[in-house]
Amino acid sequence: VKLAVSQSAGQGSIVVVNAMEGEPASSKDQVLFTRSPHLVLDGAQYLATLCGGDRVVICVPNGRVAVVAAVRHAMQERRAQRYVRVREELVFPPDRFIAGEESALANWLESARSAPVFRPDKGIPLRIGKRPALVHNAETLAHIALIARYGPGPFRARGMAEDPGTCLVTLSGAVTHSGVVEVDKGTPLWDIAQRSQPVEPIQALLVGGYGGTWVAPAHFRTPYASIPLRTIGATAGVGVIVALGETSCGLAESARVARYLAGESAGQCGPCAFGLPAIADDLTRLARGEGDDGLLPRLERRLHQVNGRGGCRHPDGAVALVRSALAVFASDLAAHGRGAPCSSWRKPTVLRFPRPIGLGG
Amino acid sequence: VFFLAQAHRSPLSTPDRIGRLRDLRITIDPVACDAYGYCSEILPEMIGLDEWGYPVIRDGPLDKDLVAMARRAARDCPKRAFTLREKRVN
Repeated sequence: VKLAVSQSAGQGSIVVVNAMEGEPASSKDQVLFTRSPHLVLDGAQYLATLCGGDRVVICVPNGRVAVVAAVRHAMQERRAQRYVRVREELVFPPDRFIAGEESALANWLESARSAPVFRPDKGIPLRIGKRPALVHNAETLAHIALIARYGPGPFRARGMAEDPGTCLVTLSGAVTHSGVVEVDKGTPLWDIAQRSQPVEPIQALLVGGYGGTWVAPAHFRTPYASIPLRTIGATAGVGVIVALGETSCGLAESARVARYLAGESAGQCGPCAFGLPAIADDLTRLARGEGDDGLLPRLERRLHQVNGRGGCRHPDGAVALVRSALAVFASDLAAHGRGAPCSSWRKPTVLRFPRPIGLGG
Repeated sequence: VFFLAQAHRSPLSTPDRIGRLRDLRITIDPVACDAYGYCSEILPEMIGLDEWGYPVIRDGPLDKDLVAMARRAARDCPKRAFTLREKRVN
């Protein structure tokens, strides 16, 4: 079943519960921990027991008050009931986008440096000190707990035969009801998006989060599961779907995301530290209709230069987002390129950011 | 099986004790790299620079004649970011 994810780690391993949720458009970790913290913690306990682990470390960003309170309360309940087999501890890494990247998390736990580590071979398990670290996100652990409790039957009964189960998706954008929903894997994108009740016709969906991809209406029937999404160049990513209404400017929104991601680079690798701001500048110029003939080729060259050249995959996510924007908003791109930007690039963003992201002017 | 494997050998592949083939590959740790650019000076055949001066490794196997220079690039890298690794081929 899905427990194949629990890599054979050996004795003395540490189970790391990744509740960092650095993605501004996602709130599934918050929902899981405030609604059913014991489910996630049980999953971590089960995994630790299964692979000889003797520590469960729960990582919640410094300052996420609601989540911290929920986890603390749950941990107290568990201790009071003498329910815990493997020691649980709660820690607070910095609240940054990149802090939740799994090697950054392991690095912070080991050396208090919250930055990703270059790993030429991703097959080698992460380590904290000499001990293997199993970093899993809260949702995976919740699924593991349910499978451990009820067996694989109920899990397999949902979703698709080749990709079973359900998943949590955070919906937002030009919608009435933003929030987290649980859907069967394989549900068409549009059916998921409709649950948030769009307030206007939707011109594109941002699938997978800020390091994800824009999806055009032609692909709105695509099943939400890894293989069908891959065929249209998308991924489920961090489980986010943002609906972009027709009165928004896709290029301007993408430029804001690119700017945000550039600011969230750990600044360790040149291609990411210099490349992402340069890409954000180019896209901002395009969105403002200030481009010249050389701008688009330069942007494409930079996307090619940056892709795959960081120590982690942060820059690759930014490149994927911008590439998908250039494809999905191609007609806007032509209009903006003629120096006639749409009237809506100045419109306030429908995206969520932890700080204001301006496009100048 | 060994002869079949030999047919795919690149000039640098050397079988190890139990007959697995390994290729030398250049790896640059982008976290460590600070764009000194020595590698591209020493080994321009394999290393280009992007517009910010960071190395871009060209595709394809490392040619036999370049191994000595590649080792020198690895030795001279001030940040020890440039390494040669053996990578399994088969």
